[in-house]
Amino acid sequence: MTLFIEQCLNGLQFGLLLFLLAAGLTLVFGIMDLVNLAHGSLYMLGAYFAATFAAWTGSFVFAAVLALAATLVVGMAVEIIAMRRLYGRDHLDHVLATFGLILFFDELVRLIWGPSGMSLPLPSWLNTSVRVLPGIDYSAYKLSIIIVSLAVAVFLYFLVMRTRIGMLIRAGASNREMVGALGVNIKLLFTLVFGLGAALAGLAGLMQAPILTVQIGMGENILILAFVITVIGGIGSIRGAFVAAILVGLIDTLGRAYFTDLLRLAFTKETAATAAPALSSMLIYLLMAIVLVIKPEGLFSASGK
Amino acid sequence: MRRTFLIASAAAAVFAAMPALAQQKTVKIGFISTFSGPVAAMGNDMRNSFELALDHMGRKMGGLPVEVIYEDDTFKPEVGKQKTEKLIESDKVDFLTGYIWSNVLLASVKPALDSKTFLISANAGPHQLAGEGCSPYFFSTSWQNDQTPQAMGLYMNQKGVKTVFLIGPNYAAGKDMLAGVAATFKGKVIGQELTKWPDQLDFSAELAKAKDAKPDAIFVFYPGAAGAQFLNQYSQSGLKGQIPLYTAFTIDELTLPRQKDTALGVPGAQQWVNDLPNETNKKFVSDYRKKHPGLSPTFYGAQSYDAANLIASAVAATKGNLSDKAAVQKAMEKADFKSVRGNFKYGNNHFPIQNFYLQEAVKDQEGNYALKTVATIVENDQDRFHDKCPMK
Amino acid sequence: MSGWLSPRNIVTVTLLLALVLLPVYVELTGSRFLLTLFTRIIILAMAAVSLNLILGYGGMMSFGHAAYLGIGGYAVGMLAFEGVSSGFVQWPVALLVSALFALLIGALSLRTRGVYFIMITLAFAQMTYYIVAGLARYGGDDGLTIQDRSKFFAPVNLSNKMQFYYICLTLLFASIYLVWRIVNSRFGMVIQGARSNDTRMRAIGFPTYRYKLTCFVIAGTLCGLAGALLANHTDFVSPAMMYWTRSGDLIIMVVLGGMGSIFGPLFGAVALLILEEVLSGITEYWQIILGPLLLLVVLFGRGGIDGLLGKVRHG
Repeated sequence: MTLFIEQCLNGLQFGLLLFLLAAGLTLVFGIMDLVNLAHGSLYMLGAYFAATFAAWTGSFVFAAVLALAATLVVGMAVEIIAMRRLYGRDHLDHVLATFGLILFFDELVRLIWGPSGMSLPLPSWLNTSVRVLPGIDYSAYKLSIIIVSLAVAVFLYFLVMRTRIGMLIRAGASNREMVGALGVNIKLLFTLVFGLGAALAGLAGLMQAPILTVQIGMGENILILAFVITVIGGIGSIRGAFVAAILVGLIDTLGRAYFTDLLRLAFTKETAATAAPALSSMLIYLLMAIVLVIKPEGLFSASGK
Repeated sequence: MRRTFLIASAAAAVFAAMPALAQQKTVKIGFISTFSGPVAAMGNDMRNSFELALDHMGRKMGGLPVEVIYEDDTFKPEVGKQKTEKLIESDKVDFLTGYIWSNVLLASVKPALDSKTFLISANAGPHQLAGEGCSPYFFSTSWQNDQTPQAMGLYMNQKGVKTVFLIGPNYAAGKDMLAGVAATFKGKVIGQELTKWPDQLDFSAELAKAKDAKPDAIFVFYPGAAGAQFLNQYSQSGLKGQIPLYTAFTIDELTLPRQKDTALGVPGAQQWVNDLPNETNKKFVSDYRKKHPGLSPTFYGAQSYDAANLIASAVAATKGNLSDKAAVQKAMEKADFKSVRGNFKYGNNHFPIQNFYLQEAVKDQEGNYALKTVATIVENDQDRFHDKCPMK
Repeated sequence: MSGWLSPRNIVTVTLLLALVLLPVYVELTGSRFLLTLFTRIIILAMAAVSLNLILGYGGMMSFGHAAYLGIGGYAVGMLAFEGVSSGFVQWPVALLVSALFALLIGALSLRTRGVYFIMITLAFAQMTYYIVAGLARYGGDDGLTIQDRSKFFAPVNLSNKMQFYYICLTLLFASIYLVWRIVNSRFGMVIQGARSNDTRMRAIGFPTYRYKLTCFVIAGTLCGLAGALLANHTDFVSPAMMYWTRSGDLIIMVVLGGMGSIFGPLFGAVALLILEEVLSGITEYWQIILGPLLLLVVLFGRGGIDGLLGKVRHG
């Protein structure tokens, strides 16, 4: 039983990390109608910035804050230089242009930081375990990821639901032209939204860095999951992204853990070990396909209510 | 008139064919390893060591200048295969070497063997190439994958371990490693987990399962960056001190600086440790440290150093006549060179018959970490697949 | 319509001639590597041609087309592993399985539009990738080596590089001809009409869904054939053949070459793969050039290479 709870916590943590990534994507998608494949590159930059600043300053928290700021700046720069020219164009154009950006960023990182990747060591005060429940010792760092991500989720909720900017964001998601016609500085709004998305991606990147990886191309693998979550949750809906992300995180983690055991009943260990991660990944895509067929706008669609 | 013409054209034809029969001008070697991504450090270690070996021999083999072309397999089997083909067809290399990963090697070996290009693996040792898939053109200067974990299995028997839980990555080498332990370990394997490779760097689920199963010990194989991750998570999960860990290829001179204290007290098995007392090894390690300050060579590098010397011995023995493949093969089979691990012989399948040592990480007063030889686990060990190889 | 000596025609004919004569050049100079490189270019060009049918002419942005390369390839690989090395069995199976997958994926995906269509085709391609990566028997992520190429009747020997090259080239020309015939038929008119205005076509009375699905299946089958060729070319298949970034590469070829033009995908494949070879020889960091280049092509180079060569656009 304790194993199950621990797996659930792992799934929750993974899901929340995905939420941070997907939230930015769905905002940009919903408001600017922009398909941004390079979102994963911002995730990667967040991790690289954090690793670099941590090496310079020696403080994890300080490095995290600096990295967030840096990613925000890069995000806004990218919006002004490249994204602006893509608004209103075909989605295929977005896909191609941002695919090109992925290639560019991957190489840029390789040029600046070298091909080996970096490491971001855990601060010692987080490198312990916490007794979450009797008999369950959970990594303090992972717990802090859960806490921070939930805090960000709450912050986003308040931002979108209770502030004026949030109202503009919601309005822009339903009807862009109208918002522009009402005299709102749409250009500034777009830049800020894109920047916010970039910061969220960067946060996800730097938080997973101590436990997973900081390497070139790390964005490509997780980007697909982020897109799937965006589609399942409904484009433009942060609430949808949250629900979908937790769902996907749990399915992926629990699937990998329990499919192996399930398959072992019928097949060899090797077959089970090879098939299990594949099955749990497939399950996620199957979920998306089912959602698209039944509810093509996603679970919590933002537009056209 | 016509006869003169015929003789002249025959002579011309012979002269035109001459280049094919002429002696080698240089020795061309293709070196495939991973030079990008988080495991680039391993590829660099191999390259540095190979270059050092060439420096030590004056960059000449059997009197011929040496040209090495390094290619990056980017950690992917299909890329390694492509690069291997390019080296064979476009660069027309005489020898291929390198190959960290067993899956990359298995994908790349066919074009090499089909074209009769000698391939010397300086790391990967999948069992397929030791058994039925052995070839006159394939040699190893490392080991067969199962050998090292087999040695660990023997050591665990010596320590009285009764039950073990195995964890490793789900690819060719990972499976070989876990099978190797199971082959010699006399106790019971009460659990086995294969993780997704190379993506999965979060081992919390597997560690949780291991904890649940309450084994006497855990055996683990995670090369490169994954090794650093595993040890960190092993200690984070609270298992350090509760359930002892036994490893193969998980702690080396590259990962030790990152693993730090988490590596102390964790034994590993190896056919080479940096402090082996022979002259060649002492020179290799000290010259490496001089040339690359702040770095120490790993077993990857040691194996690459040996690969350079193996090739050199063959070139010298055949006096540079590399088109006589049978002669090159015979020369290589003699393993007539000074290896940094101490001299060894080749088995019929061109895998070394060698000793395996127990290595442990220690910390000195200044807080520096180093790996030391603690004991010899087994001497003149031969892999268990050599019977299946049809070569004599 | 421009005259016979238009830049586009000159370039096209020159390229075709060069491709036909390449093996002769290789024989004379002994640069076998060129033959290997161009065989690969031709096979991927064939995949691009099939993608162009649905993307360029049909307006269906499929981000999962590389899946068929993998399906065709693995059909050959798996059969070879099980001891069935006859091309007469392998290739029809590759075609059939590709067609079935395309039918299933198309039937479900074509119910959606725009970015959802992109995502769902992507999802299906990833699912195929994971199915294959999950098969321990066939190597999983490590891939599967193919010991012998597909066997046909006596004089045909796919291991003979020059023969294999000409077989692939013939099949490429046949695919281009097939696409040309389809596009210029009534069927093709409906497809292109549906691309610009689907509602109008349906209003006129055409069951566009059925037309699109047929088109999708044809494209998938053709790509499956390319996959079978690729497996023979590399003597190796791995799930990486169908990872989503490979589909991206195919899309780049089609767009770079000029969407909705007959020879566009061929131009695109040649340009992209040669650029890769040349640039990677110059600098390790060549992708830093490719990235912005793509961006520029999207922003300014409407119509790709084909568009540059002639102002007349199809469709």
